[in-house]
Amino acid sequence: MAEAVFVEKHPLDEIIRGYRMPHIWCPGCGIGIAMRAFATAVLESGIPEEKHVVVSGIGCTGRVAGYMDLDSYHSTHGRPIPLATGLKLANPELAVTVFSGDGDLAAIGGNHLIHAARRNIDLKVICVNNFNYGMTGGQVGPTTPVEARGTTAPYGNPELPFNLPYLLAASGANFVSRWTTIHIHEMKKDMLYMFKKPGFTFIEILSPCPIGFGKSNNIEDGLQEMELYREHCQFVKEGEFVFEDLDIDLTKDKPIYVGRFVDRDNPAFEPIREVPA
Amino acid sequence: MSDKKVLTGKHFMHGDHACAEGALAAGCQFFAGYPITPSTEVAERLARRLPEVGGVFIQMEDELASMAAIIGGSAAGKRSMTATSGPGFSLMMENLGLAAFMEVPCVVVNIQRGGPSTGLPTAAGQGDVMQAKWGSHGDYSVVAYAPWSPQEIFDLTVLAFNVSDRYRVPALMMSDEVIGHMVERVEIPEPDKIPYWGRKRPDRNNGHTNGNGRFHTFKPDEDDLVPPMGFAGEGYKMHFTGLTHDESGIPDLSPDVHNDLTKRLIEKIDRNADDIIRFEEYSLDDAKIVVVSFGCTARSARRAVRDARAQGIPVGMLRLISLWPFPEKVVKDLAESADEFIVAEMNLGQMSREVERHVRRSVTGVHHGGGAMIRPETILDAIKEVAHG
Amino acid sequence: MRVFERTPIDIEKVTVPHGQVYIIPERCKGCEMCVEFCPKDVLENSVSTNAKGYHYPEVIAGKEGACIHCEFCMVVCPEFAIFTEAVEV
Repeated sequence: MAEAVFVEKHPLDEIIRGYRMPHIWCPGCGIGIAMRAFATAVLESGIPEEKHVVVSGIGCTGRVAGYMDLDSYHSTHGRPIPLATGLKLANPELAVTVFSGDGDLAAIGGNHLIHAARRNIDLKVICVNNFNYGMTGGQVGPTTPVEARGTTAPYGNPELPFNLPYLLAASGANFVSRWTTIHIHEMKKDMLYMFKKPGFTFIEILSPCPIGFGKSNNIEDGLQEMELYREHCQFVKEGEFVFEDLDIDLTKDKPIYVGRFVDRDNPAFEPIREVPA
Repeated sequence: MSDKKVLTGKHFMHGDHACAEGALAAGCQFFAGYPITPSTEVAERLARRLPEVGGVFIQMEDELASMAAIIGGSAAGKRSMTATSGPGFSLMMENLGLAAFMEVPCVVVNIQRGGPSTGLPTAAGQGDVMQAKWGSHGDYSVVAYAPWSPQEIFDLTVLAFNVSDRYRVPALMMSDEVIGHMVERVEIPEPDKIPYWGRKRPDRNNGHTNGNGRFHTFKPDEDDLVPPMGFAGEGYKMHFTGLTHDESGIPDLSPDVHNDLTKRLIEKIDRNADDIIRFEEYSLDDAKIVVVSFGCTARSARRAVRDARAQGIPVGMLRLISLWPFPEKVVKDLAESADEFIVAEMNLGQMSREVERHVRRSVTGVHHGGGAMIRPETILDAIKEVAHG
Repeated sequence: MRVFERTPIDIEKVTVPHGQVYIIPERCKGCEMCVEFCPKDVLENSVSTNAKGYHYPEVIAGKEGACIHCEFCMVVCPEFAIFTEAVEV
């Protein structure tokens, strides 16, 4: 026990591309927290590292693929899910994780999101939701709460956002949960659970975005947004909520519900690999 | 199950079906597509046949997903294909650029129909041929072939997979509704007569890794400029990105790296063009007039040339089989010996610009926006007009 | 020596872990999440900065023995810039 020792390597530098650190995300951004949870989940998953594949799209969260030291594919905007579908169908032994953001998965990628959930294809999807398009400077997106501000909504967002857990539950996903970057242990536990759960699994992780979202919405920094989550989040379990409750509305004094919302065992998608008898 | 991949024998076969059989004979194991007239029969045939050979068929929710899915399937090591027509081809453009930039082999079949927009869903066109080369943004190269018969669509689909694999480049089958929907004799050879060129694979002993033993995802060999390809799940820990990247695969957005990478991708095809280019010469030895054509229009052009020869006109036909890379050498050679060029195509002037560019004089176009084959008489009239005046 | 009103019967068996804090200052971006969330308030912002101008965390003088290796700083840090290791006492 002494004062802090300065070193140059982190214990996770083998599973992340430590030689590329520091990463590009802003001070206070929560994507690194989600990625750290994912990195430890990969190491503890019991699946060999060479079988893990990460596919991501465009956006800040999409950069995760480049920082993980696994086979990784950084595809075009909105298309990680179909690319991951191709990988998984061509080689079913791969453990394919799609790690991307709210805009990439739910706006331009929305069609692929609901169809993959409909098929219940065996993909693990981690959606970091920071309520805006961060990489391009803070435009509003399909998950931006109503009346929140963004660079393309200077007078306040006139649109209602998606309620992603409701959408995924209705589309047929086997597993849907929501946490925030402050729910460190639950986030990682669900990632580990996802690796073992067949079918389409979806974790929404609410994350601070101090430069893109916070700056336009009076949230001073990432730490303050984490405090906001701590204050407003409420755990719910099955039977304690209806899906309509899960929408996020910052104009109303209602909690942000987190927890595991869907956990069912519908059969995962299997293509027809031989002519039926 | 492998003997079912190659339907050896003589068939009376539908063009779209022949394309599907060509894919299977080439070892295609993954098809992701979306129905669109007149290519739907390719998908329907593969939906029935792929399970017979242990492959996977999936109908995706749209063409954007189809193109992305075949990139994934190919990245995992399987020969992958999709089939579409004009409107779907436009939707696939962004991801076509991704495949070109990430050097992921794939075959994209376009059974062309009259365009633009919804156009003529059930009638032929050849109006996507420039889009085949320039459709996605930025500078990149693709390979494109134009068959003129169900037999040739079978043969060229096999070639497309081979070229795509060997040069890690998307290969486009630019057919048209006439060829796609006609039924003609197709002879499929024995399996051991079907050529197979595989992908270049990594060899840790020959410099494909750096000093730390890390595999370089995009380090090309000096001779053919093709990097070896690792498949997902083999432990190479590769990063594939659509961002400009260095040889290790990691994004590097500096102008020099970008210039070098885009130039290498184009040079990769130019340097190996002789292996890729195909064309057919018909009656060109003493020709003073050359008719350039491709696909279904070439069938009318050949008849017109034959009729013109019967009338004593020194005319021949150059049939383009590969559209891209464009067979510029043979065209330039013909420009030395021939005086006039006629380009017959079912669009309002696309390959004619390319011919003009290489022969350095005006060409006469026999053009039609699409919907019905250009008749031999129309081309014969053009030949006569050029010959006599 | 810790004084209890009633001594727990397993006081010999259960020990509070002790930790050594390790920091990679060049990776830190000064978000202060580790400082804020440390349950033992072991950390504070340094006066000096790294090459990018961020104040990285330091162990508060006098609190060198206070780290209990809960690893919360490590799991909450977005930058892979801080971790703890257990030390025997």
